[in-house]
Amino acid sequence: MCLAIPGKIKSITSTDGMIRTAKVVFGNIIKEAFLDMVPNAKEGDYVLVHAGVAINVVNELEAKRTFSYLKRYGGLEDLIPEKAG
Amino acid sequence: MKFLHEYRDPELVQAYLSEINDLISQDWTLMEFCGGQTHSLVKNGLLDILPEKIHMVHGPGCPVCVTPLGMIDQAIELAMTKNVILCSYGDMLRVPGSEKSLLEARGAGGDVRFLYSPMEAVKIAQQNPDKEVIFFAVGFETTAPANALSVLHAQQYGLRNYSILSSHILVPPAMEAVLDDEKSQIQGFIGAGNVCSVMGLEAYEDIVLRREIPLVVTGFEPVDLLQGILMLVQQLEAGEAKLENQYARVVPWDGNPMAKQVIQKVFEITDREWRGIGVLPNSGWRVRPEYKDFDATRKFGLGAPAAKENGECIAGEILTGQKKPKDCPHFGKRCNPVTPLGAPMVSSEGACAAYYHFTEAFS
Ligand code: SF4
Repeated sequence: MCLAIPGKIKSITSTDGMIRTAKVVFGNIIKEAFLDMVPNAKEGDYVLVHAGVAINVVNELEAKRTFSYLKRYGGLEDLIPEKAG
Repeated sequence: MKFLHEYRDPELVQAYLSEINDLISQDWTLMEFCGGQTHSLVKNGLLDILPEKIHMVHGPGCPVCVTPLGMIDQAIELAMTKNVILCSYGDMLRVPGSEKSLLEARGAGGDVRFLYSPMEAVKIAQQNPDKEVIFFAVGFETTAPANALSVLHAQQYGLRNYSILSSHILVPPAMEAVLDDEKSQIQGFIGAGNVCSVMGLEAYEDIVLRREIPLVVTGFEPVDLLQGILMLVQQLEAGEAKLENQYARVVPWDGNPMAKQVIQKVFEITDREWRGIGVLPNSGWRVRPEYKDFDATRKFGLGAPAAKENGECIAGEILTGQKKPKDCPHFGKRCNPVTPLGAPMVSSEGACAAYYHFTEAFS
């Protein structure tokens, strides 16, 4: 739960004109993430996601590098919570 | 023992190692605070390739390990209550309370759900208006934006059946506590980049100044950790104590100001018990009175959590870096990841479990 996972914003939806959420691609997993804290994030951007909330926009190189490390290191289990712990 | 070519950047690993070796003139004791960093140091074999003069001690930065037993018992009690859906992060699945874990509570009929995000719990609350949905909000500063945001969204949606059981803990007061311990030998800190991506580095300026201790914020990959250790050794050998950011490519100096605002809005500082360590003043966040309807502690009239630890586990000494897991007589014998006696053996980010898996893999 502690490590942020970098992913790419595939599409952005606005649920009720106020709350923005995005479909974020993490390798072959797609999850919803809330964009409240990165108001300038746009489709195609890479974001660091902590527990379903995007915290920072990061560059593509950094995002890919961190993602591949997490994948090798077993740091993606948070995305499938029943496997964590 | 790991070979250099197994690292992604073997040249860089070698370069940092030689630089550390060239510089180092005496023994230095350093603490990496975050469990993710401990896991990486142990799993990637860095402890074997670092010069002998560097002594790494492992900090209490694993929320699964330091969430107090009594708090887990409260979550389990809520889970066993009629009409309650108790949700939490997957990491909390197997953590033993004084009688059972959340997973066992589910086996005993409790409606327990493990989620990636508290925002999913808000959705569950919307879909189940006749049930009380409670999110067991554990974690350091990293999960706080999500936990706080879930409260704001629930309020925005007009939900009356969503609340969080906050067991939030904060890094800076725990660093102070570790330094306050009279047996502490720590001369430098590796700070947690993931925490700083939210909170920034400000919160550490005071500790570094007042305690005259160097602190370098790093990522968790081997090259990040090695570069951070090098930066600490450079400072220590030069007699300096500065706050530095090794992870600037991800961590802005002021973190995410918007996330900090949301946290401030929902949470206020409180004393918090740390499993194995005890109560640390001003070391946690609880829900502000303005949001009392979303605070499970108030809503369900829960008192202060109380439960007795297993007296055989020396987690306190492990979590403050005074002992290594192998110093514990139960390590790998009665205490192992399948039947943990204490919390540091439960999470793969706990020091005992990290050493256990590491020993397994290399023996
Ligand atoms: S090995 Fe087990 S009993 Fe010993 S300190 Fe670690 S968790 Fe506690």
